[in-house]
Amino acid sequence: MANKRNGSQTVKFDNPPRIISTGSIVGPKEGQGPLRLYFDEIIDDEMWGEKSWEKAESKIMRETFARILKKAARSPKDINYIIAGDLLNQCIAANYGIRESDVPFFGIFGACSTMAESMNIGAMLIDGGFADYVVCITSSHFCSAEKQFRFPLELGTQRTPTAQWTVTGSGGVLLSSDGTGPFITHATTGKIVDMGVKDANNMGAAMAPAAVDTLIAHFRDTGFLPEDYDLIVTGDLGYVGKNICQELMMKHGYDLSERYNDCGVMIYDLKKQDAHAGGSGCGCSATVLAGYIYEEINKGNLNNVLFVATGALFSPTSVQQGESIPAIAHAIRIQRIL
Amino acid sequence: MQNMIWTYINAFIVGGVICAAGQILIDKTKLTSARILVLFVTTGVILSALGVYQKIVDIGGAGATIPLSGFGYTLTRGVFRDVESLGILGAFTGGLKATAAGITAAILFGYIISVAAVPKAKR
Amino acid sequence: MQKGLTKQEYQQYVEKMSPKSKILRNVFRAFLVGGLICVVGQFFINILKLRGIDQERASTITTLIMVFLGALFTGLNVYDELGRFAGAGSIIPITGFANSIVSPAMEHKTEGYVMGVGGKMFVVAGPVLVYGISASVIAGILYYLIHK
Repeated sequence: MANKRNGSQTVKFDNPPRIISTGSIVGPKEGQGPLRLYFDEIIDDEMWGEKSWEKAESKIMRETFARILKKAARSPKDINYIIAGDLLNQCIAANYGIRESDVPFFGIFGACSTMAESMNIGAMLIDGGFADYVVCITSSHFCSAEKQFRFPLELGTQRTPTAQWTVTGSGGVLLSSDGTGPFITHATTGKIVDMGVKDANNMGAAMAPAAVDTLIAHFRDTGFLPEDYDLIVTGDLGYVGKNICQELMMKHGYDLSERYNDCGVMIYDLKKQDAHAGGSGCGCSATVLAGYIYEEINKGNLNNVLFVATGALFSPTSVQQGESIPAIAHAIRIQRIL
Repeated sequence: MQNMIWTYINAFIVGGVICAAGQILIDKTKLTSARILVLFVTTGVILSALGVYQKIVDIGGAGATIPLSGFGYTLTRGVFRDVESLGILGAFTGGLKATAAGITAAILFGYIISVAAVPKAKR
Repeated sequence: MQKGLTKQEYQQYVEKMSPKSKILRNVFRAFLVGGLICVVGQFFINILKLRGIDQERASTITTLIMVFLGALFTGLNVYDELGRFAGAGSIIPITGFANSIVSPAMEHKTEGYVMGVGGKMFVVAGPVLVYGISASVIAGILYYLIHK
């Protein structure tokens, strides 16, 4: 009998898993953004001494994983599971990044929602009594993502104003059954939502309805209201999707107003940096969570955070075949003290 | 000398207008650059076959031959010339014959440069 | 779920919420850069003709030079910057064709010289050859049927 279910899409944890450590490594462009002081490391070259973008992305994840463990003074032997994912075909950034870790591994794909997806699963494993330590980690890399999803870097094309900029970086968290918090109290798992948007250069618009769907499900299932949060943060809708999300939520009677932000809007200075509609990619919400949000919670500046990472579940093949873009959003409720 | 200056002005205007037309297509239809290139080369072939593109080349010079529609023009001119001398077989030989230098150069230079250069990350 | 919003209505709404490309600015830039690239081409044609080379050969040699320049500036990592500014102005000239050949080949070099460089060289430019050559063959056959 599933007695931890709370409404149709949410679970409530009896023994809320703690986030005891995080790690974040970002690329040079993110390192010039407004959140630069929150990241553990900023690499100054996207190749980072490797021979390909893909290898560089794996290295970023590998090093981020090492940092998470180091900060918590844990060794890989202590970790029961790694749950990881990225944007590349067959999730190779995670597969190769985690290859040498010698830890039981779940590879998952949720596009840019992967961070919240992995934490949904990780928190369930811990509260279910299946694990004491779980690392949830994701990555993305501007160059490897462009190569796979768009055009060669050196091809002379223009980006449309709604296009988003894939974040180079990796972020991850170590979840534990024990510790002083912050705590993951609820997880709301999203459903696939497709409102028929076909423009792969407007992913914010494609993902916004999924974010709205999950937010409404979360409020409905838990009885919380937007006012119960200091920060409601969606993962990489960019500013086009953020505005849509906010307006749609208002239509449903939820005023997110000042407490609402979006990782894709936060990670770059959209006025000074050439990032068009904002950041995207698995690494976007992951690094903002592991860097900015985690630090602000620990400082006591944030007490209740709703982290909603959104993903566009398409591939170049599906777009070429004329398919619209399905999207998903997963939510995690983080509370500083119980 | 006077004539020489006009060749530049004409090339600038005709080439500029062709590219501007392409830009309107990109912004209005969200066509990718590969589709734009295909569209222009095919349009070049059709307009050349109808005899229209020759007139544009007469005015614009390089302004008409440098854009990819000019590649379609060269293909078609080569095909028509070979059809004149070889009959129907010319439809299969003329195009590549006329454009051989450009295509070979693109492959050769393309290969050499690709081997020598590395892509740079964008920020 | 989206109460009151059908897919069609949502797409119209998205259309309204999304910033538009600055068409006037983009078209001006495309005109400017596209025109200038053609002026460079015209320069080579004029020089070659002054040296007594006939129009057709001058034109062919110019194509060679322009293809080389397009490839070179791609390799020097500047053609994409030009493209970001000029859009169609640097896509449509033959230099853009060279760019479309070099850029995927460079990028996929990590997958080897045969399937990477050789195989990916024509992912963008291949369709141009397929449709250009096919169309010209059709034009040639029609020309034959009408005139012969």
